[in-house]
Amino acid sequence: MKFRTIQRHVREGFKNIIRNGWMSVASIGAVTVTLILVGAFVAIMLNINQMANKVEEDVEIKVLIDLTAEDKEVTELGEDIEAIPGVGTVNFSTKDDELKELVNSMGEQGEAWALYEQDNPLNHAYVIKAADPQQTEVIAEEIETFDHVHKVVYGQEVVSNLFKFNNYARTIGLGLIIGLVLTAVFLISNTIKLTIMARSTEIGVMKLVGATNGFIRWPFFIEGLLLGILGAIVPVGLIATAYYYVVNNFSGKTTFYFVELLPFNPFIWQLTAIIIIFGAFIGVWGSIMSVRKFLKV
Amino acid sequence: MIIMKDVHKTYTTGVTALNGVNIEIDRGEFVYIVGPSGAGKSTFIRLIYREEIPSKGDITIQGIETNKMKDRAVPFLRRKVGVIFQDFKLLPRLTVYENVAFALEVIEEEPERIRERVMEVLELVGLKNKVRSFPQELSGGEQQRVSIARAIANNPDIIIADEPTGNLDPDTSWSIMRILEEINIRGTTVIMATHSKEIVNTIKKRVIAIENGIIVRDEHQGDYGYEI
Ligand SMILES: Nc1ncnc2c1ncn2[C@@H]1O[C@H](COP(=O)(O)OP(=O)(O)OP(=O)(O)O)[C@@H](O)[C@H]1O
Ligand SMILES: [Mg+2]
Repeated sequence: MKFRTIQRHVREGFKNIIRNGWMSVASIGAVTVTLILVGAFVAIMLNINQMANKVEEDVEIKVLIDLTAEDKEVTELGEDIEAIPGVGTVNFSTKDDELKELVNSMGEQGEAWALYEQDNPLNHAYVIKAADPQQTEVIAEEIETFDHVHKVVYGQEVVSNLFKFNNYARTIGLGLIIGLVLTAVFLISNTIKLTIMARSTEIGVMKLVGATNGFIRWPFFIEGLLLGILGAIVPVGLIATAYYYVVNNFSGKTTFYFVELLPFNPFIWQLTAIIIIFGAFIGVWGSIMSVRKFLKV
Repeated sequence: MIIMKDVHKTYTTGVTALNGVNIEIDRGEFVYIVGPSGAGKSTFIRLIYREEIPSKGDITIQGIETNKMKDRAVPFLRRKVGVIFQDFKLLPRLTVYENVAFALEVIEEEPERIRERVMEVLELVGLKNKVRSFPQELSGGEQQRVSIARAIANNPDIIIADEPTGNLDPDTSWSIMRILEEINIRGTTVIMATHSKEIVNTIKKRVIAIENGIIVRDEHQGDYGYEI
């Protein structure tokens, strides 16, 4: 296509939007609402996902060893554990190490525990990481069958809760978004139909003098595309601002190590791209819906 | 260059408008299509620029069979066929100049070429002094001349006109006929459906008479042949 022709189509697309006035505003509004939701949804999903992955990666299996176990038996247990397929690292942690860790993790309250330093009630432990975090549960179950194992502890619940929440949110979010997308597509296709109807004489003449269907369609595609992209402006601004605020106010201020948001800088650009592409997609879809039937030769 | 072989046309409503038409029209001819109202003249015209396709039979236009033609190819057929209507079909929001230029813009003609050609055809139809007027500021005859200018702008091989003088007074009709003759003399085939006995009997050309969807008469230098 010639550059001049592209210019013409874009100009026509803009003209159509202006001519349709309030219908265009309504379409853009529908896209805006949809995209705000899409943006918020994507931002939340991606963050939860990354948290879940992070937790999953950090999941350790802690094997508390029987207080009665002899040193030799402890060593043998360690060797048995290392022999399990899929085990990544195995570290021995004495009961003194364990106590220190406990005291540290409790902060101020932990000082009370410091009293136990003289008569440490904790067990020695092996700290194990699976090579593949997904294997954690299987490995933990196997270790449970070994002798001299007092207890096997691992943070599987946190992970599975996060994933469960993620699935929940995804289902609700997707349902909402599909509904909104359909509404936006419907509004856009109706707006464009208005243009097509208002211009039916013009389209008739164009066909009569031999304009190709592609040529006739382009301005309508561009009208749809523009409606979609114009609808993305407010969501991008709003979500960028909100995310900036959230990142600056919450990050690093919670006690859970895994609550760490994706950094503002690359993430917001990715999110912006997603929102704009989504808007463009809605717009083009709307225009395809409206133009399809009208332009049969 | 236009060949119809056993062409039938039955509309989806069940009305049969053409019922076995065989005709051959050569390059450069001037042909009147006459016949009573409802005979099938407009249907015949619409088949030529493929507004309609025959229900049966073949139509060949400059070597292209229109029934076998892909939808994609139709615009290119239309560029070879200029169409003129009784009701002009001008775009009211565009000036005379823009109405003619529009036809060239949508087929992506070069801008300089458009300017040249628009002035050329507006001169041919005698409207060079009205380029900036809007259609509603023109008389019927002037509007029809704009639509002729638009139809011939991209140098089609064939001009088809469905009652081009149907809405015009006799004097204006004659001026339109002179323009169509002029276009024909320059080598364009002209096919024109009309109810005007005076025109057909005065400017003698080939006459094809259609009645009830079949050709009942085909004469060179023919007469209108009906009493009105
Ligand atoms: N688009 C259409 N759909 C259904 N029937 C049609 C259509 N166009 C024409 N007809 C019917 O086909 C028959 C021929 O119509 P056509 O318009 O070809 O006649 P015509 O010779 O041009 O008449 P007129 O001189 O009044 O313009 C008529 O009975 C008409 O009602
Ligand atoms: Mg007719």
